[in-house]
Amino acid sequence: MSLTIGVPREIFPGEKRVATTPEVAERLIKMGFALAIESGAGAAAGFGDEAYRAVGCEVLAAADELWARADVVLKVRPPSLDEVRLMKEGATLIGFIWPAQNPSLMEALAAKRATVLAMDSIPRMSRAQKMDALSSMANIAGYRAVIEAAHHFGRFFAGQITAAGKIPPAKVFVIGAGVAGLSAIGTAVGLGAVVRANDTRPEVADQVRSMGAEFVPVDYQEEGSGVGGYAKVMSEGYQKAQREVFAKQAKEVDIIITTALIPGKPAPKLITAEMVASMKPGSVIVDLAAEQGGNCELTTPGEVVVRHGVTIIGYTDLPSRLPQQSSTLYATNLLRLIEELCKHKEGSLEVDFEDEVIRGATVLKEGAITWPPPPPKISAAPPTATKKAASPAPAGGHRETHSVLPARTLAWLFGAGAALFLLVGWFAPSSFLSHFTVFVLACFVGYMVIWNVTPSLHTPLMSVTNAISSIIAIGALIQIAPPEAGAAGRPDGLIQGLAFLAILLVAINMFGGFAVTRRMLAMFRK
Amino acid sequence: MSANLTSVAYIGAIILFILSLGGLSHPESARRGNLYGIVGMILAVVATVLGPQVTAAGLPWIVVALAIGAVVGLYAAKKVKMTQMPELVALMHSLVGLAACLVGFASYIDPAQAFSGAEKALHELEIYVGIYIGAVTFSGSLVAFGKLSGKLSGKPVLLPARHWINGIAAVVVIYYGYAFLQAENIAAGMTPLAVMTVIGLLFGIHMVMAIGGADMPVVVSMLNSYSGWAAAATGFMLGNDLLIVVGALVGSSGAILSYIMCRAMNRRFLAVIAGGFGTEGGKAAAAAGGLAGEVNPISAQETAELLREAKKVIIVPGYGMAVAQAQHVVSEISRLLRDKGVDVRFAIHPVAGRMPGHMNVLLAEAKVPYDIVFEMEEINDEFPEADVALIIGANDIVNPAAQEVPDSPIAGMPVLEVWKAKTSIVMKRSMASGYAGVDNPLFYKDNNRMLFGDAKKTLEEVLAALKS
Repeated sequence: MSLTIGVPREIFPGEKRVATTPEVAERLIKMGFALAIESGAGAAAGFGDEAYRAVGCEVLAAADELWARADVVLKVRPPSLDEVRLMKEGATLIGFIWPAQNPSLMEALAAKRATVLAMDSIPRMSRAQKMDALSSMANIAGYRAVIEAAHHFGRFFAGQITAAGKIPPAKVFVIGAGVAGLSAIGTAVGLGAVVRANDTRPEVADQVRSMGAEFVPVDYQEEGSGVGGYAKVMSEGYQKAQREVFAKQAKEVDIIITTALIPGKPAPKLITAEMVASMKPGSVIVDLAAEQGGNCELTTPGEVVVRHGVTIIGYTDLPSRLPQQSSTLYATNLLRLIEELCKHKEGSLEVDFEDEVIRGATVLKEGAITWPPPPPKISAAPPTATKKAASPAPAGGHRETHSVLPARTLAWLFGAGAALFLLVGWFAPSSFLSHFTVFVLACFVGYMVIWNVTPSLHTPLMSVTNAISSIIAIGALIQIAPPEAGAAGRPDGLIQGLAFLAILLVAINMFGGFAVTRRMLAMFRK
Repeated sequence: MSANLTSVAYIGAIILFILSLGGLSHPESARRGNLYGIVGMILAVVATVLGPQVTAAGLPWIVVALAIGAVVGLYAAKKVKMTQMPELVALMHSLVGLAACLVGFASYIDPAQAFSGAEKALHELEIYVGIYIGAVTFSGSLVAFGKLSGKLSGKPVLLPARHWINGIAAVVVIYYGYAFLQAENIAAGMTPLAVMTVIGLLFGIHMVMAIGGADMPVVVSMLNSYSGWAAAATGFMLGNDLLIVVGALVGSSGAILSYIMCRAMNRRFLAVIAGGFGTEGGKAAAAAGGLAGEVNPISAQETAELLREAKKVIIVPGYGMAVAQAQHVVSEISRLLRDKGVDVRFAIHPVAGRMPGHMNVLLAEAKVPYDIVFEMEEINDEFPEADVALIIGANDIVNPAAQEVPDSPIAGMPVLEVWKAKTSIVMKRSMASGYAGVDNPLFYKDNNRMLFGDAKKTLEEVLAALKS
């Protein structure tokens, strides 16, 4: 029996998104699911009932019928407690849940023995990117934030010189260069504004620059990356330095867009009332953290207020203000997650806790609370750490290895060397020792010289050392006709033959090696 | 020419050889470095021939041998294709190894060098070691040549209990070494010497047979190192400082190169030499296979469009480019894109190809300017800014499993982070895994596209689409 996926209309006031689009619904039906959608669910996002019906969805007029029938419910917003009451016993729910903020919802869902996958709990891994609805929504929020700012801002973004006078470009300051921040930067740059951005994580500076904005650093040494590539709470000293930077920016810029969030914590208050007061009249602040309390002290969540002549936008539904775009992206994210869940049998779901992504997303399994998940094994942090460690090394050199030999290994090496030398000194005749000295010194010279060779020349290096090893010809040369030849009992002919052959072989190597090296090196050009 | 003059000439030759290796540290001074090497070699040979240890009777022989060798060597150097460099170098190593053996035998049967007591024992020990290294170098290089030129399978050949076989061989060699030192006269010493030589030859074959194709850069540089040590051993045997110094230079250079290659693969040198890589990958590869999703194919036409619209393109060549001889087309595409104002760069993984620096040589042959060719450490940070990463016939060196799958056989190996580019395009003949036998999750990433087909043919299509 294939499962029925139900998509109810979002009942949250002002919510225009819908959890599936006709296009995605068609894919789900192809995967073997039956699809039911509440009448009018997609209307606000521009998807009419007809469009759904055309791809094979069943359109139900009443919400309670839909909830009662659906084995799997796809939602955008967390369901209300009333909705949970309508839910079928043991059904699966996929959507934004925010388990930390909604304990009573979790309890109600647990009482229904529901399996719940929270789109907000999908771990941040490269493999999970296609299901990362938070990023999709943040991307839209960042874009919309700039559009809202432009709407409330009384001037152009781009500078112009017109017959009626010169227009300076708007200056935008973006706090927090996550997905939303970067999206806002891109949009503002696209509109022609001068954009600056700040983030506690220094490694995003390059991303900021790549979007065409200037990175404004806080001059204080502290690593701001937490687990999973998110930001963490910073120290008091850092916060003070940060406030100074922001105060200075507030005086200069026309628009501030704040996107600073720390997982599981209220949004940090970064823009104080004094900073707002110091801004030019007519300036705009868009606070994308409004839902978590806001980055600005004067933000009123969900509303636009004017304080000290500055418009402060605290909308909490920015993605919903672009309903078609956000529904499309969200529906695709859901589809990717369902694909992961439906690997074995068409039209069924399997919650596999071996899969790290699914394990992370699952906050309730058959009524048992499984949130928070164990910490992810791989976070985005380690690679950046190693990258940082590698970067100060001189480019192209391998010198860093000189210093990294641990003391213990070094001690062993020296010990073994000393023992070897002692042995040689004990037994070997003195004539050997002078050769041995030369040998050891030559090894060291070779070691020192070769470390400096750039990797791009390794092949020519090998072919030149190969050619040089033809020096073994000397050995054959002094054997072919030495002054001792003709002495009694010396097999002259045999030695001569061997030496002749050796010289011949080595000569191939000698001439060929140098010639081919020459040929190769001639090709290297700027 | 007196003995003193010869010695002085030798010192001059040594200095020239050191300068030669030093000159190779940068492309601009490299040509002069090669010249130093040539001059040093001429100096050494001429000083020896004119010196007291060679009588006039030998001159015709020497001239004939050098002339034949020169003709063969120069012909080979002229004819070889740049994609065949690894084979040529391996083959040449075998010549040095064989010569070391011959010189060793000649030295042993020569009664003119009469030693006694400890000196005699030491001299014989030097001969024994010299011939052994020579034999291993000779046969090992020949097998490496066979593998690199495709005459032998690149797959590791693993005999059962191979470590025991090696161990027994070592014991036999040591035992016969003892017998050799005890031998009363030359005839009696011949048997142990011959047995040891045969074991050395077999050991060389066995050692290289057990090493997989992906580890060839290590093998080639290791054999390079051996040929140096063989020369040094010969130097000890003949009491010749020039041979000792040059042998040690070559030997340590090869050893360092091997070490660099091993580090680039995050593997221990001994593990590579013990061989068999790519066989234990089965289990983990299956686990990685669980990640498999759908791959997104792309056509040459679409590739050209992506490239044309990109601001920054990073090209990652691998062994597949060498096999398909596609370097010239790659070069032309990069030139075309650069003319259009696209920032094109090349990213070279240290073990791309079958010998150290293989890709650099191929790109240089195709006239790609070396200042847009970067090493992994230099360019890895730039992938996030790249619009397109074009991967030509490379697999393991761009495998994100090295970073993401802790139990992958290649876990911890530094790789080129191509998946961080906005789009990565992998050119491959099929979905087969690389030499490490590890499945590549890169292929299933959302921002990755697969361009199937022979690298040269598809690239030519891309080039044609770019031009139109």
